[in-house]
Amino acid sequence: MGDSVPDTRGGSGKLTAVRATAAEETQSGTLVLLCLASWAIPGAGHLWLGRRTKGLIFLVALPLMFALGLALQGRLFPFDLNEPLVGLAAIADLGIGIPYFIASTLGYGGGEVRAVTYEYGNAYLIVAGLLNLLVVIDAFDVAMGRK
Amino acid sequence: MLLVIFAFFVSLVFAVIAKDDLREQVRFGGMMFGGFLASALVLGWLMYPFPL
Repeated sequence: MGDSVPDTRGGSGKLTAVRATAAEETQSGTLVLLCLASWAIPGAGHLWLGRRTKGLIFLVALPLMFALGLALQGRLFPFDLNEPLVGLAAIADLGIGIPYFIASTLGYGGGEVRAVTYEYGNAYLIVAGLLNLLVVIDAFDVAMGRK
Repeated sequence: MLLVIFAFFVSLVFAVIAKDDLREQVRFGGMMFGGFLASALVLGWLMYPFPL
């Protein structure tokens, strides 16, 4: 019965299985690093994967859009869980990665509600973050060989 | 002007994500950019009769 079935995975079979598992872990670790890099620096994931033109376009366009949002008196929203829309806007703002932390550290993104361009600034900041998250997903797809 | 710049950036990023060939990127991005501007104009005029 079950006991009589010969074990097709001998010593070398087990070794192959261990190697395959290690390779999968390494690959998943690399994927996580790739996604983190792509989030932190817009376009870094594509540059890592050798897609220079795309990476450079993201590297210029997204931080520029974010900077324009700050220049237009947009606000970097706080993580306020009592107000769901503010919390969601904060997550979207954070999507841009390192530029968010640089702007916060330098004291930008206070937001001037009375400014005519306030809402435009918010739209620029939020959409820049969300577009960068799309770029991260695209880099992941490229790394997985789906594109 | 701010709307035009916004539409440009969004169209650029979407075109670069969605397409690989330069020609297709230009075509897709151009159509998206035009769509943004046209829809903004149409919606703006549709809202014109309504008071604030």
